[in-house]
Amino acid sequence: MLMTADAREISQRAPAQKATRDMYIPPARKKISGGGTAHISAKEFSVYYDEFEAVKKVTADILSKYVTAIIGPSGCGKSTFLRAINRMNDLIPSCHTTGALLFDGNDIYGKFTDEVLLRKKVGMVFQKPNPFPKSIFDNIAYGPRLHGVNDKKKLMEIVERSLRKAAIWDEVCDRLDKNALGLSGGQQQRLCVARTLAVEPEVLLLDEPTSALDPKATAKIEDLIQELRGSYTIMIVTHNMQQASRVSDSTMFFYEGVLVEHASTAQLFTNPKDPITEDYITGRFS
Amino acid sequence: MNIGTRKILDRSFTALGIGSIVVMAIALLIVLVPIITNGIGAVFFTGTVEHRKMLINEFKRGDTDKLAEEIASSDRYRSTVYKMLTGFEAELDRMPPEKKAEYKEKYSQVKPALQALLGPLPGDPEPMLTRFKYGQTRWEKAEEKLHDFLYESKWDNSNPNVMSKEYFVSRALGFEGTTLAQLFPYVKENIDHMLLPEFTVYWGFITDSSVDSHFFGGIWPEIQGTFFLAVGAMLFAFPLGVIAAVYFTEYAKPGFFNSMLRSANSTLAGVPSIVFGMFGLAFFINTLKVSESKSVIAGALTLAIMILPTIIRAAEEAILAVPKTYREASLSLGSTKWNTIATVILPAALPGILTGGVISLGRAAGETAPIIFTAAVSVGSAIGLADVFSSPTPALSWNIYNLASEHEAASQIRHVQYGMVLALVSIVLLLNLSAIVLRARISKKLKG
Ligand SMILES: Nc1ncnc2c1ncn2[C@@H]1O[C@H](COP(=O)(O)OP(=O)(O)O)[C@@H](O)[C@H]1O
Ligand SMILES: [Mg+2]
Repeated sequence: MLMTADAREISQRAPAQKATRDMYIPPARKKISGGGTAHISAKEFSVYYDEFEAVKKVTADILSKYVTAIIGPSGCGKSTFLRAINRMNDLIPSCHTTGALLFDGNDIYGKFTDEVLLRKKVGMVFQKPNPFPKSIFDNIAYGPRLHGVNDKKKLMEIVERSLRKAAIWDEVCDRLDKNALGLSGGQQQRLCVARTLAVEPEVLLLDEPTSALDPKATAKIEDLIQELRGSYTIMIVTHNMQQASRVSDSTMFFYEGVLVEHASTAQLFTNPKDPITEDYITGRFS
Repeated sequence: MNIGTRKILDRSFTALGIGSIVVMAIALLIVLVPIITNGIGAVFFTGTVEHRKMLINEFKRGDTDKLAEEIASSDRYRSTVYKMLTGFEAELDRMPPEKKAEYKEKYSQVKPALQALLGPLPGDPEPMLTRFKYGQTRWEKAEEKLHDFLYESKWDNSNPNVMSKEYFVSRALGFEGTTLAQLFPYVKENIDHMLLPEFTVYWGFITDSSVDSHFFGGIWPEIQGTFFLAVGAMLFAFPLGVIAAVYFTEYAKPGFFNSMLRSANSTLAGVPSIVFGMFGLAFFINTLKVSESKSVIAGALTLAIMILPTIIRAAEEAILAVPKTYREASLSLGSTKWNTIATVILPAALPGILTGGVISLGRAAGETAPIIFTAAVSVGSAIGLADVFSSPTPALSWNIYNLASEHEAASQIRHVQYGMVLALVSIVLLLNLSAIVLRARISKKLKG
């Protein structure tokens, strides 16, 4: 495992207090049928901003239908890695990659990859809720319309199904024609999840989806992730380790662009292999 | 910096700011008040029977029966005047030659002054110009002409060291001892019976064509011309400008070519408008030959080039102000770049883009220089929509200048000049106001 001088120094401080680990014991989860194959695979995958290597030679498999959490201190490359998967980094001119990142065995950065099609299959929900300044209905129908669904009845079906899946149907069913910006932050975020689900993606990327929300709204989003688990491959970046332990099956710990440890959530939180991981999850630094 | 100095600085800046705003407001008032009061006078004024006569003859508008009555009543007084004239002419014939020559000279000034006041006298030949077919149509003008009739203007240049001074001599004194002496007090006494002043609301000033180069009638050809030119310019410049702004913000790669284009755009925004006028003549008319000579289309194209940089800049700023998160959301749903621009970016940028557009429309309506060589004529009738490719048009901005400086009788039609200025100012203000309202409404809709 690669380790920087800084990281080593941190890991050599006092041993971890085992007691605090109990709070990270993941709850029992329902069994998932199917899935478990490598949906996304990174091989020696690096992401650069100009010369700066923000994600360093990551090699990992993300299992289909399971929830994978990405944790690590601020600026360690979590978002960069996540945004590499649906090529949102294309928006940043200085950003380029080396190594391989495969989705269903196809190179995401291959010459013949259509990033528009890729994004249809790999949906994303952002840190700050970002509904369009349109009606709730139009927000959800935006994706399906893009992909050729224009029949009003069909759209209505999709909108209802998506809103139900995102557990927000009951709250908005009587005001679908109202502007989405009128919703509360937590509702807006679930609306964004619904909007992503309406395109019927296979993968759901969530970049700190609850960091702008209050605890109640956060709990709703976490419940929602549990609902969606088993139907979608979910990757969630989070600052909150308890959240990671509550919602994920496996966890990736990044430190300064390096994937330090990737294991089942139960193992990573209760029995980390790497001293830096241990220091991080026991709150020795953040 | 210590807190005392800072407070003093803060306060002086506040005072400076408020002061400059107050100065601006006062300056605006000083300019706007005369424009508004005089401009309104083009529509609301005290009109005479001559105005009503003119309306029926030239525009077939008005109450013919009432006018006939009015003319009959006015003629009762006028006939006395005419009788005095013929009486004096007979007296003139009987005078000894020296005296006759002296009075004839003076009398030769009386008749035109009276014609200017009341219109053609009985027995006069039918005038060629419409302006001479009627007496004074506006009461305040009639009062001026009455003064000209009653008093002869003379210049005192006895003292060569000071500027000559104008002074007035009563014409009645000059005719003392003749039958004509009583004419002057009679006209003075009965002028309102002869002209029948009456409060008049003349909306036709806005909707009528002008008669005899703005002596009578309204300014519709100018209003319509301004409208054609400004809207025409927008039809070219708005789509082009928005497309260019989308290119600059979304597609252009940073580099030499792009920064050249950008600085060219900024430079264009600062080019004096007369240069655009020359360019329009040289390029659109002489080179591209969009029309034989001046035409609405050539003027609209020239104005379009002039406002293009403003539209591009406003649209660019509006597009750049759209939150990045909208773009991310749209792209992450599998939208293409073009689709994202069309369905998310442009709708969100619409308030800013439209504001820039409407303000440019106001500018296009108000500019004079670009249309001098390409589209404007001083006198003309309203043109049809089909004629925009071949005909020039009168337009408010150009005709205000023209009436004030080049018209052969500029001093006699000040009310028309003010009316045009007020019309132009109102159009521009209305456009800017609608920009504000539009912006507020769309922003409110976007915010939910
Ligand atoms: N657009 C960018 N240009 C240059 N450097 C960037 C850019 N975005 C992020 N970085 C850098 O890349 C590193 C990783 O950033 P990020 O992936 O956002 O971290 P995280 O999400 O883990 O907080 C940081 O050091 C950050 O400064
Ligand atoms: Mg981040």
